[in-house]
Amino acid sequence: MQKLVMQSKVEWQALHRPDHTRIYLGMASCGRAAGSEQVKETILGLLKKHKIAAQLIEVGCIGPCYLEPLMDIAAFGNPRISYSNVNPAKAKLIIEKHLLKGEYVRHLAVGHFGTVPIDDLPGFFTLPMLKSQVRIVLKNCGFIDPENIRHYLAQDGYGGLEKALSLTPDQVIEEITRSGLRGRGGAGFPTGKKWQICRAVSDGPKQIICNADEGDPGAFMNRSLLESDPHAVLEGMLIAGYAIGASAGTIYIRAEYPLAIKRLKIAIKQMKDIGLLGERILGSDFSFHLKIKEGAGAFVCGEETALIQSIEGKRGMPRTKPPFPAVSGLFGKPTVINNVETLGTVPHILRHGPAWFKQFGVEGNSGTKTFSLVGKVRRTGLIEVPLGTTLKKIIQDIGGGPQKTFKAVQTGGPSGGCLPEELLDTQVTYETLAAAGSIMGSGGLIVMDQDTCVVDVARYFLDFIQKESCGKCTSCRVGTRHMVEILERICNGDGAIDDLNKLESLAKTVKSTSLCGLGQTAPNPVLTTLRYFRNEYVEHVVDKYCPALVCRSLIEYYVIPEKCTGCQRCVSVCPSGAITGPRSEPHNLDIAKCIKCRACLEICRFDAIAGNAIAIRTREEK
Amino acid sequence: MVDKKGGETEMTAKQMQRILDEFQVEPGSVIPILQKVQQTFGYIAPQAVEKVSEYLKLTENEIYGVASFYSQFRFIPKGRHSITVCLGTACHVRNGGILLEALERLLEIRTGECTADKRFDLEAVACLGCCALAPVLKIDGDIFGNMAVIKIKELLEKFE
Repeated sequence: MQKLVMQSKVEWQALHRPDHTRIYLGMASCGRAAGSEQVKETILGLLKKHKIAAQLIEVGCIGPCYLEPLMDIAAFGNPRISYSNVNPAKAKLIIEKHLLKGEYVRHLAVGHFGTVPIDDLPGFFTLPMLKSQVRIVLKNCGFIDPENIRHYLAQDGYGGLEKALSLTPDQVIEEITRSGLRGRGGAGFPTGKKWQICRAVSDGPKQIICNADEGDPGAFMNRSLLESDPHAVLEGMLIAGYAIGASAGTIYIRAEYPLAIKRLKIAIKQMKDIGLLGERILGSDFSFHLKIKEGAGAFVCGEETALIQSIEGKRGMPRTKPPFPAVSGLFGKPTVINNVETLGTVPHILRHGPAWFKQFGVEGNSGTKTFSLVGKVRRTGLIEVPLGTTLKKIIQDIGGGPQKTFKAVQTGGPSGGCLPEELLDTQVTYETLAAAGSIMGSGGLIVMDQDTCVVDVARYFLDFIQKESCGKCTSCRVGTRHMVEILERICNGDGAIDDLNKLESLAKTVKSTSLCGLGQTAPNPVLTTLRYFRNEYVEHVVDKYCPALVCRSLIEYYVIPEKCTGCQRCVSVCPSGAITGPRSEPHNLDIAKCIKCRACLEICRFDAIAGNAIAIRTREEK
Repeated sequence: MVDKKGGETEMTAKQMQRILDEFQVEPGSVIPILQKVQQTFGYIAPQAVEKVSEYLKLTENEIYGVASFYSQFRFIPKGRHSITVCLGTACHVRNGGILLEALERLLEIRTGECTADKRFDLEAVACLGCCALAPVLKIDGDIFGNMAVIKIKELLEKFE
């Protein structure tokens, strides 16, 4: 093994020789969606055409989604220079200038990865989005080829496992306990304690399950990590397996993540090839086997007892605890279920020690947490910050602030809450978010601005939860349904002021009488919006007014005659024949025929001669 | 899977058997088998459920019970192209729902259905994980970001 690590390090150094030309392309799902496949084709075509000797390395996600596709070039002894929002045309220009003429393209470059300054080009990690981040779990993401285990080995990969194997299982658990690591799936249960409970059970065989059923809409941290650095998570599983005394592990992953599944399969094969899986790993007494189980699409299966039911081939319905899975889990055997990010953090703790880990974060909340920062914020993407960082710092410094006027930030996905501007000084910890009525959750952060209607958002989350409710508890099954009905009524302008009280009382009932976390947290979006944005509910109910101009029954589209040049573009796209008018004269919009499909609004903004001549206003009368 | 011609039925029966042979007879195999069936045939046909039930020695009701719990499984055939509209949070606040509505109108089907000419089927999903590009939709394997109602028609024309 040591020989292999040495070899990998030598190769890694050779790869980074100053005279070795490298092109890095971000090829995680988000990069691909932004068009990196087409960029790749262009690059390969040009390299061939110009006979350029360069190595194309497909890397994972480095984080700033808003800059995707990212294409980096390291050539002529210069450090890696990063180009953003690349399309085939820009890629052509970059290759021709940077690689053929040896001049980097300043106006397309966003940053460099070197240690010495290059002109006025900022260092990539000094960019505002990255400056305040601390990257532990994401350290390798965007730097290594996730399909090449040697890249991982060259970063001291599996060094955490070697360290673990040199300790007794109890010592490993002690290290994790002392680090203060808590479950990153959202509940925040101390990881060391969970392992300890399972270790203490005499029954066997034991199992470790990696929960990669990332179901929160608006969250993609686990997907990115698995696509960009799968070995980190697998190494964590091996360490966990050794600590609790398990010889088998299962990765339970969403079927909606095909690229992550593909990369995990490749990683597992590579591990087998070099003896990191199988019998007597690295010459120790520890044997371990891994398999992948694809989830079939049920949000509730993120709950650990439901997840177990699903692997056992049943409907994914949670059961009462205790017994906890650590005592009686998969097929009745002791089972530890850890989240992807928790496991991805474990190798770093083993490698650097608990004291090192505790220097990040705050008392009781040590280490870092990844978040997917999305919504109406300038810089979107995958970020990692020490726990205890304020929401303001995340949204303003890292995210660059909202595009328009800030309204709320939603943490914790559909089970979380919407927090207002007054609470932006809240430090992100498990406890403070819970005190504010929200939860940490797995790490989705969705920023909302003045154009987002909080009542509509509450309706959206409740509708999601109601559809995903497994149906076991009456309060969750029926209660959430009634809550959706009331919210729909309010959004349609048919709500009464008493509905707000009904909603609140139902929410409290569902919260206190549901068995699992899904039901217990389901009312959070409603309760927090009622608590912080009650006025907006009242406006919907009493004034039939949606200040964000979102709720469709309360708005209407209209033509601004002074702006309209009569170009007829909107007439051609209107599916219901609501817009009429001769060319070169302001058009008419018949409100009775309008189905509010946005087509005219979009075409006027992007394609018409006048632009912005169609707008939305509050409906005059209901 | 429902074939009129004898030869094709025989072929699907063979394919079906090949799928079943890959899995052990244990309850944990239900979901992986159904996933493989759907991957091969595009949906879960009644005949397939019958075969799985015989193989795993579970009742058809039990199989349907499991299959209908999970949103991945579909019981009607797919079209030549599958459209999936993302209704995740980021897409929702950027009008993903209106996008889905426009597709329903244009294709004259509802979500979960397939067009009469079998060209497209339409589905909605809770999140595709490409939130930074919202609103997004997926056609077959490809994701299209920053979508708009007015871009749909042109996009669909690329798929025959």
